[in-house]
Order: sequence, then structure tokens, then C-alpha cells
Amino acid sequence: MAEMRFRDALREALREELIRDPRVFLMGEDIGLYGGSYAVTKGLLDEFGPERVLDTPIAESGIVGAGIGAAMGGLRPMVELMTINFSFLALDQIVNSAAKLYYMSNGQINVPMVIRMASGGGSQLAATHSHSLEGLYAHFPGIKVVCPSNPADAKGLLKRAFRDDNTVVFIEHTALYSMKGEVPDDPEFTIEFGKANILREGKDVTIIGYSGSVWQASRAATMLESQEGISAEVIDLRTLRPLDIDTVIASVKKTNRAVIVEDDWKFGGFAGELSAQIMERAFDWLDAPVARVCGKDVPMPYNRNLEFAALPSEEDVVDAVLAML
Amino acid sequence: MAASPAAEAGEHLDGFNRDQLSLFLYQMVLIRRFEEKCGEMYTKGKIRGFLHLYTGQEACAVGALNALAPHDKIVTHYRDHGHAIARGLHPNAVMAELYGKVDGCSGGRGGSMHLYDASLGFLGGYAIVAAHLPLAVGLGLAAKMQKTDGLALCIFGDGGVGEGEFHEALNLAVLWQTPVVFFCENNLYGMGVPFGASLSTEIPKLAAAYNMPAVSVDGMDVLAVHRATQEAVAHCRAGKGPYFIEAMTYRYRGHSMADPELYRLKDEIEAAKRRDAIEHLKADMTLAGWLDDAAYEEVAARAERVVEEAVAFAEASPEPGLATLHDRITKEPANG
Ligand SMILES: Cc1ncc(C[n+]2csc(CCOP(=O)(O)OP(=O)(O)O)c2C)c(N)n1
Ligand SMILES: [Mg+2]
Repeated sequence: MAEMRFRDALREALREELIRDPRVFLMGEDIGLYGGSYAVTKGLLDEFGPERVLDTPIAESGIVGAGIGAAMGGLRPMVELMTINFSFLALDQIVNSAAKLYYMSNGQINVPMVIRMASGGGSQLAATHSHSLEGLYAHFPGIKVVCPSNPADAKGLLKRAFRDDNTVVFIEHTALYSMKGEVPDDPEFTIEFGKANILREGKDVTIIGYSGSVWQASRAATMLESQEGISAEVIDLRTLRPLDIDTVIASVKKTNRAVIVEDDWKFGGFAGELSAQIMERAFDWLDAPVARVCGKDVPMPYNRNLEFAALPSEEDVVDAVLAML
Repeated sequence: MAASPAAEAGEHLDGFNRDQLSLFLYQMVLIRRFEEKCGEMYTKGKIRGFLHLYTGQEACAVGALNALAPHDKIVTHYRDHGHAIARGLHPNAVMAELYGKVDGCSGGRGGSMHLYDASLGFLGGYAIVAAHLPLAVGLGLAAKMQKTDGLALCIFGDGGVGEGEFHEALNLAVLWQTPVVFFCENNLYGMGVPFGASLSTEIPKLAAAYNMPAVSVDGMDVLAVHRATQEAVAHCRAGKGPYFIEAMTYRYRGHSMADPELYRLKDEIEAAKRRDAIEHLKADMTLAGWLDDAAYEEVAARAERVVEEAVAFAEASPEPGLATLHDRITKEPANG
């Protein structure tokens, strides 16, 4: 175990996978000379050289498409798209090629590729640069979606992503990059997909989050405990596809209440999907409608107060819990 | 025998009068000072988010924007303060936007990367690389279909050339013969990637391949930029379709305030500063007898006053009210 930041844990995972598997290579915008826009890949160009750490032009569709081709050709590419906001330019390749080839070819072709991107608001980058669209990617069958919430998970899940035979969209909340935590240094440490993490046990309500929203959920649980004597169970989904619905259902059957927290918009979002699944499988156990605490239904404003108001907070989570008790 | 320096300057200034050059000089100094102030205010936490400064590239904005008419439209990238000011947006409104205040040109909603003033035909800074190139084609198409002689000026960086939308837009513009001036500010880097490492050819050759007239000019020379843009504008107004300008320039600061600048050497920055556009114009005007130290000091002092006033204005402007969060998401009869 070593204490490290989220970004360093990601870098360790990339290093170890580059060393472990000669088929692995990295490409992306500013991952080399610049050192990565969030400093995740800093130093890797020097260590592994320009054949395995490729700076690319700004050409999202082109580099994801080339990544798909390289994967079809026998390599294990990681493509970094800087942020989820720019991944829209590559959406066609992700949705129509990466997510479809295995099924359409009846299993003849698969696309083992990792696509990394940063997401999330809260940095006053305004509407074009503040998306949290993890749920969008979770919408598409044929790809996996991973959203770590802490340094150890970041490392374990990223290493696991390189060993998957499918395209994995790996989404990192920008607010987490500097977060510190204990991280196993065993190069064989990986975390299985589809295994949610119960961060804190409780009996009165289940609060579910992923990526950055796990921490709103968790701070809300602490507030509920100390201020109201309410015992909340906090679940970190870790991966949206595959989704560990069993862990969620087991928890809801115990607490009889569920609150889902996510930064993304509520309308048509992932929280809606999860709440429907809870309703379908645990309706008789619910003492209150499932609550969703999400980002406000607006393009993200630049102004600091407006942005703050547009994002879900731990107070919003506390209010949602109090309203259902 | 070599021409005397004064004669050379004279030739270089051919076709320009003193008032025009005084305006160019003032605007460049104003933009430089404005940007320096922004950097300062960012460090103080007054301006937040991503801030991409324009220092070094002033000749591009001033040379190009001054070649336009009021009915022309402009779309640009996120490094947009200089373009906004050169178009005539009040520095107060730009600074207030950077502060996220109600009197900002986007009401505090857009910030540095998303400046707008539709009343001046300034239709935005676009923060998604190359997103606005197809929009410019549409603006040109609208001007053409409505039979005005207006055009669209589309400003972007060398990094945009790698995007598919660049190629789609150039092809469409030629195919439809739309009046668009594509203006590429080649500052040699897209973030930390040297332009030579991201493009397999030269930029004007790409435009030429799409059958569009294309020139490369010294983007540190406001007069050269202005002449080239005038030519491009005349071409568009004559109904001859789009025109492409590459302006070779350099940004003095990092890509954004967050840039650790691991990828370029101090020497290179210093060398670029020796070609500084403001110094260049100052020297030319001095040789022509149109500027002396006292006159320059006056220009600098005026710019300084305007920038200080912009800061005071931004400080005093109110925050947008929380109740406005959901206003104007879609345009409905009720919200005008
Ligand atoms: C589609 C897209 N991809 C990536 C980015 C991140 N990004 C912002 S600016 C930039 C570099 C652009 O360089 P250039 O076009 O040369 O403009 P400059 O910053 O040099 O003015 C990058 C990669 C983005 N904003 N949009
Ligand atoms: Mg550039």
C-alpha cells in the first residue's frame, strides 16, 4: 500500500499495463510532451517512448476510429480524449463501431480498447466544458462504463479495463484528480467490473452514487448520522455497465428507501434508469418513492453561484432523505 | 544601394494613413494590456475557469477585424478576448463577463471562452475546437441566400485543422461558394503539440486542395494581416466564394493559465518577442514621423485607463440572481 493521488494511481495503472502487455499503447491529445491535460500521463513519454505514447492531433473521431482499427488488428490501445465534452466528436465511432462490431460480426471481431476522459462540472468552465454524461455511455449495449470514485478503485478498475476484451469507456471526475488515498502496489491488483462497493453500512436509507457523487452521498450520510441520528447506507456503483443491481436491491430491501445522486441532468438520465430498476425489483419493499438528486436542468452557467446552484450538494441529499422519512 | 530605413517604412506603410495606424496601435496596446490584466485577475481568483490569453497575437485580431463592415459576422475560438475588443465590444462588458457578472456580454453565463455580442455581429467564441467552422459556412450561406454582400469571418487556431469539421467546412464553403474568410491563427502549437507534429502538410495547401485561394501572412505584422484580409473580403463581396488566410503568429503565454509549459523553451518565446507586433508598428510609425515617445506614452496611458475602468466596472457589476438560473433555456414567446 502507498498513499497517492487519484491521478498518480491512474498513471501507475498505465505504467504497469504498458510493462505487462506489449500490445498496450497510449494515444491521445497532449498525453506526451504536455504531460496530459490533467497530468495523468506525465513522464510516460520519456519512459516508454513515442511508439507507445503517441501525441495525436485534435481529431477525436479519427483517433478513436484508429484505436478501434488497432484493436481489431491485435493491439490493446488506450485512447485519451481529454474530456467527455470532446468525446461527442467521436460518438459515432464509439456507438456505431466499437459498441457494435462484436455483435454484428456474430462474435468474429471484438474491440479491446480503453477510452479515457475527464468529466464533471464545478470548475467554472461553463456549458460546453462541464458535462457529466456517464449515463449517456451507459445507454449503449456493447460497451462498458467505469466511473471510479477514489485512487485505489481508479487503479484497480483501470488495470481491469486493459484486460477486458471489449471497449471500456473510463470516466474520471476532474474534482477527484488530486484526491489522496491508499493504493495497493501489487501489479496484479485489479477490481472486477460489476461489483458495487458498500462504502458505509446503514439501516434507514440507501444512498447511491458513482464517481464524484459518491462523496456528496457520503458527506450527506455523515451529516444525517450526526445531526438527525439517521443511519444511511452508501453504495458506490463503480461501474454503470455492467451494473451491480443485486447489491443495490439487497440494500434497498434492508433500508426500504433509496436516494440516487448524480451530477448529470435528471431528465432521461442514469438515475432514472436505476430508479426504474429498483421499482421493478423492490417495489413492495419501498416505503417512499425513490428520490433522485441530480444536476439542475440547465446548460452549466459560468458564474460561480449559478454553477453551484446547478450542481447537487450534500445538503440536497440530506433534504431528499428527510423528505422521505 | 539599400533603401533608407525611412523609405522602407514608407513602403511598408503604403496605403495606410496616420489615423488608421494610430487606431491599430491603440487597439493592439489595449488588447495587450487587457490580457495582462486578465492574467493578474485570474491569479487573484477574480476570473476563473479556463483562461486563454491572447498576448503576442494582437496583430491578427486588429488587422483582420478592422477589414470588416458592420453587417459582417464573426465566429471565433475560445482565445477570443482580442477579437471581441477589436470588433468593438466594450472592454467593460468583456471584463464583466470574465468576472461572471450580469453586465458581462454573455450575462455572466459564458465566461472567457464564450463571449457574444449579437448586436455587433460577434456570434461567439467557440470552445469546442473547430465547431464553428461549419457555422461560418452557414452564416455565409445565409448572407448569400438573403442577397446581402455580407460575409462571415471565421477565426481558429492551427490545432483546428486536424478536425474533420475543418475539412467538411472547407469543402462545403467552396461547393456552395459561400462568402467566408477562414482565418487561421497559426501560433505553432495546439496546447503542447507543435503544429509540425500534428499536420502532415502545410495549412494553405489544404485550402488550395479544396480549390480556395489561400495565403500565408506574417501574423505579427498588423499591416500585412490587414491587407490580406481586405483582399479576402473583396473576394467574398464580389461573390467569388470563400478565401483562406493563415497568419503566422505566436502566443507569449501558456496555452491557458493551467499550462505548465513543459514543451517549449524560453529562447523560442524570446525570439518571437523580438518580432513583436506592437514594437514593429511603433518602429514603422516612428520612422514615418507619425509617433514619438510622448505620443506612445499617451496611447499606453489611455489603454491603461480603459483597462482599469473595465476592472472597476466588473467589480461593481452585480452577480446574476439565482432566480435566473432557469431563464432562457429555450426561446419562447414569453421570454422574448
Ligand atoms: C474538440 C476539442 N478537442 C479538444 C479540445 C481541448 N483543447 C482546447 S484548446 C486545444 C488546442 C487548440 O489549439 P489551436 O487550435 O492551435 O488554438 P490555440 O489554442 O493555439 O489558439 C485543445 C486540444 C477542445 N476544446 N475541443
Ligand atoms: Mg495554436
